[in-house]
Amino acid sequence: MEEYTLLRQFADSWMLLALFAFFIGVVIWVFRPGSGKTYRDSADIPFRHSDAPAPPEGNDNPATSKEARQ
Amino acid sequence: MSNYIKLIALGLVALFSMMAINYARDIAYMVHAIIILLVSGGLFIWTLRRTDEPAPADHSGEYMDGVVRYGVIATALWGVVGFLAGVFIAFQLAFPGLNFEWAQGYANFGRLRPLHTSAVIFAFGGNALIATSFYVVQRTSAARLWGGNLAWFVFWGYQLFIVLAATGYLLGGTQSKEYAEPEWYVDLWLTVVWVAYLAVFLGTIIKRKEPHIYVANWFYLSFIVTVAMLHVVNNLTIPVSIWGSKSVIVWPGVQDAMVQWWYGHNAVGFFLTAGFLGMMYYFIPKQAERPVFSYKLSIIHFWALIFIYIWAGPHHLHYTALPDWASTLGMVFSVVLWMPSWGGMINGLMTLSGAWDKLRTDPVIRMMVISVGFYGMSTFEGPMMSIRAVNSLSHYTDWTIGHVHSGALGWNGMITFGCLYFLVPVLWKRERLYSLSLVSWHFWLATIGIVLYAASMWVTGIMEGLMWREVDANGFLVNSFADTVAAKFPMYVVRGLGGVLFLLGSIIMCYNLWMTVRRAPAKEASLSVAVPAE
Repeated sequence: MEEYTLLRQFADSWMLLALFAFFIGVVIWVFRPGSGKTYRDSADIPFRHSDAPAPPEGNDNPATSKEARQ
Repeated sequence: MSNYIKLIALGLVALFSMMAINYARDIAYMVHAIIILLVSGGLFIWTLRRTDEPAPADHSGEYMDGVVRYGVIATALWGVVGFLAGVFIAFQLAFPGLNFEWAQGYANFGRLRPLHTSAVIFAFGGNALIATSFYVVQRTSAARLWGGNLAWFVFWGYQLFIVLAATGYLLGGTQSKEYAEPEWYVDLWLTVVWVAYLAVFLGTIIKRKEPHIYVANWFYLSFIVTVAMLHVVNNLTIPVSIWGSKSVIVWPGVQDAMVQWWYGHNAVGFFLTAGFLGMMYYFIPKQAERPVFSYKLSIIHFWALIFIYIWAGPHHLHYTALPDWASTLGMVFSVVLWMPSWGGMINGLMTLSGAWDKLRTDPVIRMMVISVGFYGMSTFEGPMMSIRAVNSLSHYTDWTIGHVHSGALGWNGMITFGCLYFLVPVLWKRERLYSLSLVSWHFWLATIGIVLYAASMWVTGIMEGLMWREVDANGFLVNSFADTVAAKFPMYVVRGLGGVLFLLGSIIMCYNLWMTVRRAPAKEASLSVAVPAE
């Protein structure tokens, strides 16, 4: 089989299926149970550490999101 | 020790560029060799003077903001330069006498047009992306930039790329690929800078202290990685000589056209969209002081956008030698792209839900909101124009130029202005901006300018498209090309005036930012001292 035809057939079938399945998988993953709480925390990332990096020793005590936003 | 290696390398580069000046086959190459000689010679002396000096103090407990400050300055300055070039070429189209006889071959429309596009996209937009990405990745990773002075190499290396590209266009060093005009050695240099950029960005993400990678970083990272891939594939050329700027592309015929527009459309998709969405996802929540409307939607937005954008390029090649299936594919994906784009727009706008009153009181958030509004408008217009039937009317007309500018001035320009207004008081530790009413002036001048620009281009584009296809009862074309040019004159003047308003707004911004640094009350005595933890 010609190289072009082979690649074309692969792209039209298995690769298309794989990419589509990956995308659907992402959507399902995003709506997994319990994700709401995790993502609420992630959405608050811009409101932490806006002045200095986290200290190295792990005694990091970021302000709670409520304080940080004042 | 590393300084000795640097000195040897810089010396070799200086030697090579002296040979290049001597053997140069064309003027663009020779001028570039002179520029590189001056840069490498200057760096040699600068490095020599710092060799064996005591190591600088440890700054690991602070963010690396010096390079971001330089990036902010470069963004504002290149912005004004790019807008000025745009205004000038707009009037060159309206009044051809502005293609001065004494500057023929250097400052006529054909030479200045790529200077304008590259200045606004790569110099203004690129510096905005590099500066904001360095700012955002540090804050959202809670870590200082990785790689020490590598970030400075990225900044100055990128400025050198801009200077080489701009001087090359004026002197005729171009490979005639839209948005990828620089010749082979400038492309190679950009590749080196870009790999360093990726290393700094990725290195910072890898050493992050936040367990989760914030969504803005996903957009920035996809922008950096995809632009690297696009740039390398679209610039695979073989130089005619190592002593000249000319090169030959490896792609033949229609493949070259397809690769070019795969690159060209994703320059829009990943440079001007994904990267700037990274800015949106950080700076709109910061300015509105509330988290993004839906983090789930932002993740779906990201994957949908990058999965679909990469296929949309063929819509630039409707009714060409490109196979029908390919242009249909591009068209369908462009229409599908409407949905993730509007998902992102909704996410940005709804971040203000519960804080809409800020639109009245805060002109900076107004700027960011109208940029997202323009994003929504141009991501509706774009899919519509990609449909083959619409494209048969719009293609090669000024409608395309109007579409590009409503996106570039409205979305990219306005979100960048918003970010600069946010960043300058923070980076220079000022309590506030110098003047909010000047921000309002900028907002209205820019908005009215864009409306004039887009509206005049819609009118002239559709008129031109209709005139080109008009046939009489016997099937002969009614209008000559020159007829359409004459009919477009009033709209060209309106477009130029719109550009003048936009340029004025950006000059007001520069003044306001300058006075913020000079006059606004300071928060801290020194810029290098971190704000103490509370």
